[in-house]
Amino acid sequence: MSISEDIIVKASGVTKVYQLGAEAVHALRGIDLEVRRGEYLSILGPSGSGKSTFFNMVGGLDRPTEGNVEVDGYCLQELNQKQLAWVRCHKMGYIFQSFNLIQTMTALENVSLPRIFAGETPAQAREAAAEILTVVGLGHRLTHLPSQVSGGQQQRIAIARALVNRPSIILADEPTGNLDLKTGEEIIHLLGEMKEKFGITVITATHDMKMLSASDTVVWIKDGRADRIARKGEFEVSIGTIDGKTLA
Amino acid sequence: MTTTTQTPAATSPSIIPEQRHVTWAVTLQVSWAGIKRRFFRSLITMSGVVLAIAFLTYMQVMNDIVKSLVLANDTVLNALLQKAGVDIYAADSSDRMMILLITLSLLACLVGIINSMLMSVTERIKEIGTMKCLGALDGFIIRSYFIESSLQGVAGTVLGCILGLIVALAAAASNYHGYVMKHFPWLSVAGSLVISLLIGTLLSVVAAILPAYLAAKKQPVDAMRVEE
Repeated sequence: MSISEDIIVKASGVTKVYQLGAEAVHALRGIDLEVRRGEYLSILGPSGSGKSTFFNMVGGLDRPTEGNVEVDGYCLQELNQKQLAWVRCHKMGYIFQSFNLIQTMTALENVSLPRIFAGETPAQAREAAAEILTVVGLGHRLTHLPSQVSGGQQQRIAIARALVNRPSIILADEPTGNLDLKTGEEIIHLLGEMKEKFGITVITATHDMKMLSASDTVVWIKDGRADRIARKGEFEVSIGTIDGKTLA
Repeated sequence: MTTTTQTPAATSPSIIPEQRHVTWAVTLQVSWAGIKRRFFRSLITMSGVVLAIAFLTYMQVMNDIVKSLVLANDTVLNALLQKAGVDIYAADSSDRMMILLITLSLLACLVGIINSMLMSVTERIKEIGTMKCLGALDGFIIRSYFIESSLQGVAGTVLGCILGLIVALAAAASNYHGYVMKHFPWLSVAGSLVISLLIGTLLSVVAAILPAYLAAKKQPVDAMRVEE
């Protein structure tokens, strides 16, 4: 299977069937999608549409029943657990709706974790962590615990943690879901800035209209299929609706 | 930072590197932050071990002292012993009932450690999932849980030994006064302490295995689920 230089994620014929008792639930019914390197892509869809399932497959957190997901040249289905862990550690950065920082660790310790998993000593890892925390504007909060900083700052720590291993892709699941309007905007702005600075591809699953206007591509997922794919300029964002479609 | 050249074709799985294990020493350094900041919680977990091991130590040390006093065969002392309810003609007082009691208390302690560690696994599903998203292997999760509950167990054991010894000495001194120090069985008391230490450590290490294993089986996708 060939994948051209500027395509970083390629999903082909991805299906997922869950067995729920005697009933088979088709969460995904065959999704084909290509994501270009350096793109800001948003996945949209009501809950139950298969949005999260698809998102988790791109992140290597779930395996498709049929079909393939290739990320940065790695066919995720063919990898064993340790290779998958390596890809997660070196190639992907995860950002979560509820930040998912380790509560007992300081900002610096949280951000140094991916580096330690990559094989660095804690001292080396802390150095890299301090550097990236400064980049996201938290150079003065290194020794604070997550509970001692605001929601927006917690998400900044999470972004630093996602970036510290210089991944190819950032996967953000509703990154602004737990933040107020203004802070959410700041986080979107920061993600866009980091995308430019490090040449990273950003993939988000979102409901947030602010997020859509920052996107290069928007994918609507409905009933387990990619209902519509629109590049920047092909969709119009207005309050409450996109191209006349109301958001779930 | 590893530099990987981007290949146009999907990379064959055989040449994709495998994530390497984090060493025990580094795992300890990483887990230490959590252990330190969860200190109060750890104290509660530890208290079960402390009490069980204190009981074990108390029974053994008391038995050692009484045995040595009976062997002294002093008239005044024998009267004191009989007053305290010791059968001086059956010198070995570690009867079946006592063994049963000690076994039960140790079992309760074992179940207690397993229970509180399992609870902390459930509490930290999200944390474990997140760590796996960041590239942690099962081995890292197992090691850090193992380190945490073993450290708690060992610390609890040491405290329990000290507590048990103090209580035994105080009880013996109040019953037999100066005779205790005169006929103090240093060697067998030391032996009993070593036995308590070994049993407590062994118990906590065994109790750590199951929760650590279950923790490592949690999937990274669990971190993505939002349940507030």
